[in-house]
Amino acid sequence: MRNKLVRNAFVALGLLFSINAFAATPQEILKQYEVKAKQEIAAVTGFSAQRGANFFKAEHMHSDGKKVSCSTCHTLDPRNQGKTRANKVIEPMATIANPQRFTDSAKVEKWFGRNCKDVLERVCTAQEKGDYIEYLISVK
Amino acid sequence: MKKWMQLLVLITSITSAGTLLASGGLGEGGEGREGGEGRASAMPVVTNAKWKTECGSCHMVYHPGLLPERSWNKVMAGLDKHFGENASLDTATHDEIAKFLAANSADKQANRRSSRINQSIPANATPIRISETRYFTSKHDEVSANTFKRKSVGSASNCIACHKGAEKGDFSESQVKIPR
Repeated sequence: MRNKLVRNAFVALGLLFSINAFAATPQEILKQYEVKAKQEIAAVTGFSAQRGANFFKAEHMHSDGKKVSCSTCHTLDPRNQGKTRANKVIEPMATIANPQRFTDSAKVEKWFGRNCKDVLERVCTAQEKGDYIEYLISVK
Repeated sequence: MKKWMQLLVLITSITSAGTLLASGGLGEGGEGREGGEGRASAMPVVTNAKWKTECGSCHMVYHPGLLPERSWNKVMAGLDKHFGENASLDTATHDEIAKFLAANSADKQANRRSSRINQSIPANATPIRISETRYFTSKHDEVSANTFKRKSVGSASNCIACHKGAEKGDFSESQVKIPR
């Protein structure tokens, strides 16, 4: 690089590209759900990995007559790859196996939106979402 | 005929038969071969980032040239009950994907495969399962139901199990490999 202006321009560009406005950490996303949960029910006292684990594995009787659970597609061990009903691989949900999980809040909300309607046939509460994430970031 | 001529004729016929077989035969052989009407037989590769991300999250992406526009519109209008699952999208993403599918649908394509698919669907029908179109069933009439049920395949909707280039619209018979 021939002069300071060019060097500075490259530095500025580099900084610009390294900022991703939508990236977050699981902890930041959890904080958002904690706020929402408290709005829904004032008595909420934080999230529990155990509740999240139970939620993950719980089986529900769907109105189509079939039993369904989060684990139906994600398997009982969230450190494993799962499989969609169309045979496509799903990367692990547990952050210890897949550090990309819970770093994009829009993506998290999108999938809660779809999958809660599929499994529970209703919207998940912020409490349920928080417990679920707490479980998946604490699985060793 | 003299003995050496007989040998020459034999070797020539074996070599040319072998070459013909290796090139995939006279009918479906190769990519982009000109059909009798002067049209390319293969579907063009098309792509859209949102289509790949959203539609490809649960299954292989199905090339838009596999169904007519009215079928894609029907699929996109019922995403909350998409073959038994909720696949709903935000409005902007939905509209972009719908536009992409319509622009590249079977009834908009000049290639021979898409035209055949389109022609095999009656004008008053709007199928949303590619595997239920007459084109599909006749093309797969030699594949047993048990083959589709193999663990390595799963179902007739898992094109990519046997057609590795399915997402690019490559369904040429010479490239088919049915897994055990």
